[in-house]
Amino acid sequence: MEEKVIICKDLTKRFGEFYAVNKISFEVNKGEIFGFLGANGAGKTTAMRILCGLSHPSSGEATVAGFNVYKQQESIKKNIGYMSQKFSLYENLTVLENIEFFGGVYGVPAAEIKKRTTQLLEQLGLTAEAKKFVGALPLGWKQKLAFSVAIFHRPKIVFLDEPTGGVDPVTRRQFWDMIYAAAAAGITIFVTTHYMDEAEYCNRVTIMVDGKVEALDTPANLKTQFSADNMDQVFYQLARRAQRSGD
Amino acid sequence: MSAVLLDHITKTYDNGKVLAVDDVSLQVAEGELFGLIGPDGAGKTSLFRILTTLLLPDKGQAAVRGYDCAKDYKIIRSKIGYMPGKFSLYQDLTVKENLDFFATLFGSSITENYALIKDIYEQIKPFNDRRAGKLSGGMKQKLALCCALIHKPEVLFLDEPTTGVDVVSRKEFWEMLRQLKQQGITIVVSTPYMDEAMLCERIALIQGGKIMSVDTPAAIMAQFPVKLYAIKADNIYRLLTALRTNPTVESSYAFGEYIHITLHENATIAGLQQQMQREGHTNVAAKPIQPGVEDSFIRLMNQA
Repeated sequence: MEEKVIICKDLTKRFGEFYAVNKISFEVNKGEIFGFLGANGAGKTTAMRILCGLSHPSSGEATVAGFNVYKQQESIKKNIGYMSQKFSLYENLTVLENIEFFGGVYGVPAAEIKKRTTQLLEQLGLTAEAKKFVGALPLGWKQKLAFSVAIFHRPKIVFLDEPTGGVDPVTRRQFWDMIYAAAAAGITIFVTTHYMDEAEYCNRVTIMVDGKVEALDTPANLKTQFSADNMDQVFYQLARRAQRSGD
Repeated sequence: MSAVLLDHITKTYDNGKVLAVDDVSLQVAEGELFGLIGPDGAGKTSLFRILTTLLLPDKGQAAVRGYDCAKDYKIIRSKIGYMPGKFSLYQDLTVKENLDFFATLFGSSITENYALIKDIYEQIKPFNDRRAGKLSGGMKQKLALCCALIHKPEVLFLDEPTTGVDVVSRKEFWEMLRQLKQQGITIVVSTPYMDEAMLCERIALIQGGKIMSVDTPAAIMAQFPVKLYAIKADNIYRLLTALRTNPTVESSYAFGEYIHITLHENATIAGLQQQMQREGHTNVAAKPIQPGVEDSFIRLMNQA
């Protein structure tokens, strides 16, 4: 049986009378690229915050990397990586300082940080830029570095929240190469995006509407199920049924 | 007269160290829906800020409806509407207070040009007394558009109005723009989403401060110089890796469930397909396709 890295059962988050996340259930396999889609306000961010150990659910069950989202939030945080378009690296620290900082925060031993840093800089072709401020790097490089830093401590799973927003089309594809490589190395990828072509690159895709998981399958099966040519049409068919809007 | 004119505009920051806009020239015709298409850092916002008289270029001349952006800034400000990329309304004023405020600033009122904003405003009117900071992303976007339109501008500048917005809201927003265009307003809009380029009459593809191409989307796609194919197989990532090192393949980029490729001279798609099958790829399918704006953008980027 495949190893499950995330297990969610009837996970719910309620704010007063408002069900931001309403009984969602799914399982994510080790090394899987799992796309998490939904319209603005569908509940994606709330669900992700619970899975990252930042917010307690109101009811239901979930484990992430084997840890319980109610009782073991700190263990969850140590075993995951996180990156978004909005929060990634410290702009006024150098490339090297950012790597050392995040490596240190996640408890990677100093000698190991040094070894992995050399490797990482070579892979990214950033050796010459190691002492430059991250703020001075082009956006594409920043995002690639941010992803590398997010998986620097070899987490079991990495959460990517719209990682490619605003990035040029070539860099966007290079970014996905890095995602594939990480997945092949056994890191589970949990990713949100507004680019529907990127939904096609996921092994499986969930689409949330009004707090519920309305679809969950491989892109190919979803296209068959909704008689659609592409994921854009699948998404549109589901999301336009949404009753609520918001962020 | 062009609605918008940029003549050899250059803009640098940080004492000339950062080149944001590099010798850009273009014109937008009266009543046109014109798109600036490019990623973050391409120079789109700098161009908007120059045209909305908020920033002076280092070199070159900019004009809106014949008025010079440096000398005639006061006149221009009364004739344009500007929706910046970052939400810039007063978060602690309500929907109605924001709208009243902007109308008053321009010596107008909500009722004076009501017809222009009616369709958009009525979607947010139920939230008239809600503070702008408490609105959802989609509603903020609609309010910002109303505020930019309230004085009936001749030219509307929209800087990435759909960034971070889901597909459904994006479609609605472009429908609103189409209706505004029918009322004769010139619209200049920027976006990082290549698929939205198709909804503009003419577009400029911009990257690294330079314009790579300006034309209708159809003409830009027609200028794609070689044949383009879409190919797929069961294991798409394995196929992509194989294509990258294949000597007959000139370029290969993932596009959803397919990979778009161009071939070197003398190579055939049938030959490549057979070779991929021999190398153990299963269910290899290939077909010639029409290039899209994103294909053109990538090609132009790589030539630069």
